[in-house]
This record gives sequence, structure tokens and C-alpha cells, in this order.
Amino acid sequence: MFFDHLVLGATGEFLNAGDILSTLVVFIVLMLLLKKFAWGPLMGVMQQREDLIVSEIEAAENSRLESQKMLDEQRSLLKEARTQAQEIVENAKKQGEVSREEIITTARAEAGRMKDAAVLEIANERDKAISAVREEVVALSLLAATKVLEKEISEEDNRQLINETIAKAGEVQ
Amino acid sequence: MWQDPLFGLWFNLSNVMMLIVAAVVVFLIAFISTRNLKLKPSGMQNFMEWIMDFVKGIIKSNMDWKDGGRFHVLGITLLMFIFVSNMLGLPFNIIIEGDLWWKSPTADPTVTMTLAATIIILSHYYGIKQKGLKGYGADYLKPMPFLFPLKIIEEFANTLTLGLRLYGNIFAGEILLGLLAGLGGASIFGFSMAFLPTMAWQGFSIFIGAIQAFIFVMLTMVYISHKTSEDH
Repeated sequence: MFFDHLVLGATGEFLNAGDILSTLVVFIVLMLLLKKFAWGPLMGVMQQREDLIVSEIEAAENSRLESQKMLDEQRSLLKEARTQAQEIVENAKKQGEVSREEIITTARAEAGRMKDAAVLEIANERDKAISAVREEVVALSLLAATKVLEKEISEEDNRQLINETIAKAGEVQ
Repeated sequence: MWQDPLFGLWFNLSNVMMLIVAAVVVFLIAFISTRNLKLKPSGMQNFMEWIMDFVKGIIKSNMDWKDGGRFHVLGITLLMFIFVSNMLGLPFNIIIEGDLWWKSPTADPTVTMTLAATIIILSHYYGIKQKGLKGYGADYLKPMPFLFPLKIIEEFANTLTLGLRLYGNIFAGEILLGLLAGLGGASIFGFSMAFLPTMAWQGFSIFIGAIQAFIFVMLTMVYISHKTSEDH
């Protein structure tokens, strides 16, 4: 039959120590060769990858922390800038208020000064006009006197003349 | 059978040849798929890394990776070697002049018992190395001193079951395949009858071969951790 040779112990009366030995040798040699040529490098690569992943995770963590730090920094800077801007606006407002007050005060003072000057001028002019009228009156009086002296006039005529003159002077004035 | 003239050892040349074939196949698969290793794995590298992680998982389920890391290479090599050995006898067996030449090397009790004994001896070696001779010896008196005879028997039973389980599974698979092949080769009618069962059994044998390889590695790690770990 075709499986006679498969019977357990088919090796007969011999202890096949050679098989045992060759099994051991083949297996150990295979193990050593594989360790050197296959498993060793493969484990190395896997270890390398593990290291790489670890370092990548670390790097990612670090950059995350760094960006967080920068974000905080930026945030505080922004806050600072905002406060500063507010301050500047506030200052400008205050400055404007002050300027306004100043300008108004100046303008008021100027106006007062101009008014005073005008009043003074008017008074001056009036004085000048009065003195001019007086001179005129004197001149007319002199003219009238001359006329009286030139013509021999009566007292009545004289009085009338003087009145006339005064009236004229009043008109002139 | 062949006796070497120097030491008078008997070799079953078929076993030797198949062992070497299996070793070469395993080496080629592993060697070729670990060329061009990249940090970003692709193709066969993924497969190899999956195997490594798989064995790593087996070891981790039994002991600390700190202790078990040194058995990683042993585990992967065992797994692949046994799996490939189990597969070799599946497609065909070659019989020349009544001698079986091409078969699974693991369908021979000598081979599997050698592997099993190696594993058990390794476990004892690491047990002594890890715990010292005293701690190693004390384990035989735990949990009860009177169980000592059973503990001794256990060691031999472990060795026998570890080796013969693998042998029995693969050997039985090959016998059945041989029977089916004989039926298929007998006549057209026999071929038509044997075709489906042969296919089914081959598929099942692939499954068994994979499972047995896994079990062998798993038990290897179990035995080693049993001997090396403190809490038992």
C-alpha cells in the first residue's frame, strides 16, 4: 500500500540521531541567518520608526506649546496696543478740550480788546469832531465880528446877526 | 536511510532534505521581503512587520516584554519555519522507489520532538538562569511538596505533547491527502469523487498548519514564561 512508509517508527531499528542533529543544526543556522539578514534589520527599522514617532510627537508637542506661548504673547500685545490706543484717544480728547477752551478764551479776550479799542476810537473821534466844530464856531464868530465891524450896524442888527450866526453854527454842528 | 561513516549516525535523507528546503524557503521569504527596508513600510515589509507584531503579542500575553524580548527572534523563526514546513507537504508528496522523499518535515516525529525538546530544554535553561538553581528547584515543590512526582511527569508530558501534537496533526493531514490522492489517481470516477474532498482537505490543512504553528509558538512562550516568571 502507498502509506506503508508512513507508519510511525518507519525508520526501523535505528535511532536516527542524524535527523535530530540535522533538525537542530538547520533550525539554529536558519535562526542565526534570519537574525542577521532579516529580523535584525527589520527590528532596527521598526525601532527607528518607533523613535521617529516618539520624537515627532515630542516635536509636535513642543511646537504646540510654542505656538500657544506665541499666541498668548500676541494676545497680550494686542491688549496692550488696544489700551494704548484708548489712552491716545483719551489724551487727544483731553487735549482738544483744552485747546477749545484756550481758543475760546483767546477769542473772547480779543473781542473784548477790539471792542474797547473801538469805544476808545469812537470817543476820540467825537472829541475831535467837537473840537473841530468849536474851531468852526470860533472862525464863524470871527467872520461875523468882522462883518459887524465892516458895516455900521445897529444893536438890533448885531443881535440878530449873532443869533443868526449861532444858529448857523448850530446847524453846522 | 543513510549512515555517515565518521560517527555512525543514521540520517533519514528525506527529512534532511525537507528541513533544508523549508529553511531555504523561509530564509528567502524573509530575506527578500526585508530588502529595501523603509520607515514608511510597503508590500512585504508590512507582512513581515505584522508577523513580528503578532509574535510580539504572543510573547507579551505570557510575560513581560523586558524578559520576553530575547525570545522574539526564536518565536518568529519558529512560527515561519513550522508554518512553511506544514505547507510543504500539502501540494504533493513524492515517493521514489517506495521511499517518501517530498513531505512536510513536521510530519516526522523525530523532527517535531527535536524541536519540542529544544524548547523545553531552553525553558529549563532560562528558568535556571533567571531564578538561580535554588529558585528553579523550589518550583518543583510548589504549590504542594507532594505534587513533586506530578511536576516531574509534567515536564515529560509537556515535551511529548508539544512535539506529538504538531506531528500528529500534520501527519494525519498528509495521510488523508495521500488516501485522497490515491483515490483520485485510481480512475476517472475516483478523480471526480476525490476532487472536492481533496480540495476541502487541502484548505483545511492550510488552516491546521497555520494553527499548529501558532499553537507551537504560543506553548513555547507559555512554557518558557512558566519557568522564568516569579508568580506561579
